[in-house]
This record gives sequence, structure tokens and C-alpha cells, in this order.
Amino acid sequence: MSANASAIGGAVFKPVVAAKNRHVPVVSNTLSFKDVLAGWKVRWGFGRNNYRVEPGLYASGSPSADSPVLVTANYKLSFDALRKELTGISAWLLVLDTKGVNVWCAAGKGTFGTEELVRRIEAVKLASVVAHRVLVLPQLGAVGVAAHEVVKASGFRVVYGPVRAKDLPAFLAAGMKKDEAMARVEFRLADRMAVAPVELTHAWPFLLAALAFSALLPLLSGGFSMGAFAGNLLLFASPILVGTLLFPALLPVLPFKAFAVKGAVLGLLWNFGAAFALGAGVPETVAFVLIATSVVSFIAMNFTGASTYTNLTGATLEVQIGMPLMAAASIVGAVIAAVRFVPVFFKG
Amino acid sequence: MKLETEKCVGCGLCREVCPHAVFAIETGTARIAERGRCMECGACARNCPAGAIEVQAGVGCAAAVIGGLLRGGSPSCGCGEGSSCCG
Repeated sequence: MSANASAIGGAVFKPVVAAKNRHVPVVSNTLSFKDVLAGWKVRWGFGRNNYRVEPGLYASGSPSADSPVLVTANYKLSFDALRKELTGISAWLLVLDTKGVNVWCAAGKGTFGTEELVRRIEAVKLASVVAHRVLVLPQLGAVGVAAHEVVKASGFRVVYGPVRAKDLPAFLAAGMKKDEAMARVEFRLADRMAVAPVELTHAWPFLLAALAFSALLPLLSGGFSMGAFAGNLLLFASPILVGTLLFPALLPVLPFKAFAVKGAVLGLLWNFGAAFALGAGVPETVAFVLIATSVVSFIAMNFTGASTYTNLTGATLEVQIGMPLMAAASIVGAVIAAVRFVPVFFKG
Repeated sequence: MKLETEKCVGCGLCREVCPHAVFAIETGTARIAERGRCMECGACARNCPAGAIEVQAGVGCAAAVIGGLLRGGSPSCGCGEGSSCCG
């Protein structure tokens, strides 16, 4: 097992002699400033596809042949989330090759799965490291792992631990028992806001369009001015911020189940309010509300991917019904805007 | 998501793996207690040793549905293969 820091994503470690003269890297149980900063950047979508550690066997503390084996994904955010909860706990960390994807998504795709788990157990010769035959998996890994197949193929029994790494110390102390709260996935405000920033970075095409139209409209009206540009930009960028940041914050209080509909309600309120507050004329208001509400609704609909409770049936319905409606509304809004603004261009 | 109680052996794995406490185990048999909370992740079906559960599993992600439609395949985020992931 290579002792190269960059190969395991910068996690601080010191090689240790484990069972049978093997060197297994020992991870630090505290995250460095670099880890925290890099993690924050990844939450905004930067470098997210290459934020990984080498799959394989690691140690926390000074594990022995009786220490528990905790399984995780090789997405460094998952790896860090696990090791930082294990202060004072000696355990083996078995890191699966999920191509740098977190446990939940990888399990859904099958990479955090039965095959990879069995393969990794064999690759690190886990049977020669521990005397017991128990693996602790994060509960959300169950989507990709069939416990009864793992025991048949490897001899190791799967125990599904808590959903969140922070409950691991209590789980282990209780003799591998979890209470109901440890087994439930929530989507509280902090959880929602943690996954919101990446939606903003994904919305760059809308921001680009907002910039373009903010400049185009004053030009069509006879003259560009920084004031008009800035004013337009605030107005046209606001639905994007509403969709990417305000929507996740307000999710539970918005009516209806579909995210696209919740987003449309929020969008209508905001867009009408903004146009009214600015004293915009009727055709401009209608055009703006139609287009901007479609944008908010679309961004909101895409938040389903970051949520922890939407299902495929619902997401499919939202796309099949919502997208044609958004497209139609946007087209009508665009036509009204064109009719309102373009004749001015020809006037002068 | 469908549960065939005749096949159920009462092992309780469905309740253990479900992230939304959809199942309850009563008198040695599993029962769907909260169908509305099911997100169709498929963990229960995957781990049922008796094959008593069937799920049309998939990710509840509109972007994946759109991606699948555009690519002409089944819904998939494509994350981990070059495009950015949402989680």
C-alpha cells in the first residue's frame, strides 16, 4: 500500500505495521484547514470529479485483529466525514472504489455495490487482517449492496450502521445497535443549504442569459447606460438566486408536493412582486413573470436530484408535465417581450 | 414498490435498511407502514433474502430523467463520468 500523501488525497497519515508485517496508512482524525477549504470548494462544484482517495485499507487509531471494519466510498468528502468522527476509536477503514462518488449516489449506480465490496475485501486480504467476519456499512450503502450475497461470496457478514458517520461512536459503544433516529434520513435546513451552492454553479447558463439581456434591452431602447444595465441585471438575476438559494431554504413551507410546482409558486410571488415594486408596465410584467417563473420552476425541479426523499415516479411526472409548461410559458413570454421591445428598435 | 407477504420470512432487513422507516415488522412479518414516504431507492428489494419485495428503483432526480430522455436511455445522472455531481 503506497505511502504517498497525494495518492490518498492529502489525508495526513503515518504508515503502521499491521497484521503480518503489512503497512497500512493511519488516517488523522482531524481535518486540516486544507481539507475543510477543499471540501467547501467541492460543495460549490469545483474539482468535484477528482476529489478522491485511493481505495483500499486504512487504519484509525491503533486497530487490532478484533477492531471493527468500517466501509466507505473513495469520495474524499465521504472519507473525511468518516475519519473525523473516529477520534479515540481504533478501527479499520475499507475504502471502496466508487470513482470518487459519495456513498448514496454510488450505491444507486451500483459502484458502492456487492461486487466492488467483495472485490475490495479480496484485494486487501481483509480475512488476514481481522479475526472476526463483520463489516459495518453506512446504511445508505444498502441501495447497492445485498448483504446475503456478500456473506456468501466473502464470508463477511454485513451490519448496516447508522446513516450518518457522526452516530458511529454511539453505535459502536452500544454494541453495534442503532436507534430509530440513527436510521432515518432527514432533509433539514442545514442539509438543504449544504447542497444548494452547487445548484447556483449549475445555473451559469441562466446567469449568462441574464447578463446578455440586461445589456440588450437598454440598447434596443435607444442607448446603453450602466445604470440601466445594473438595474436590469439585479432584476433578471434575482429569479436565479431565488431558485437556487431561497427555494431550498423554504422547501418545506411551499405548497404542493412537486418541486416544479413549489418553485412556480415561489417564482410567481417573487416575480410579480419585483415587477410591481419596480412599476413595470403590463407587457413587460407579463413577459418577465412568464419567463422568470419558468426559470425558477426549472431550477427548483432540478433540486430533486439533491434532495433525499423524491422518487423516480415523481421526478418523471415533473419532467413530463412541467417541462412542456415551462417551455410554452417561456415562448409566450419571449414573443410578448419581442413585440414590446423590437418595434422600438425600428423606430429610431 | 410491492411487498409479497407470503414470501416474507420476517428477517427485518427491509426495516433496517429503509431510510424513511416505510416498513414495520409485526408478528414476524413485514408490513408497509408509510407508503407515501417511499423514495423507490430499492435498498429493501436488494436486501430481501426471500425476494419478497419488488421496486422500480431509480434516482428521484429530474435532471437524470431529462438526461435519459436526451440520451435515449434510462434516467442517469452521468455523474462520476465527467459531469458534475449534485450530492
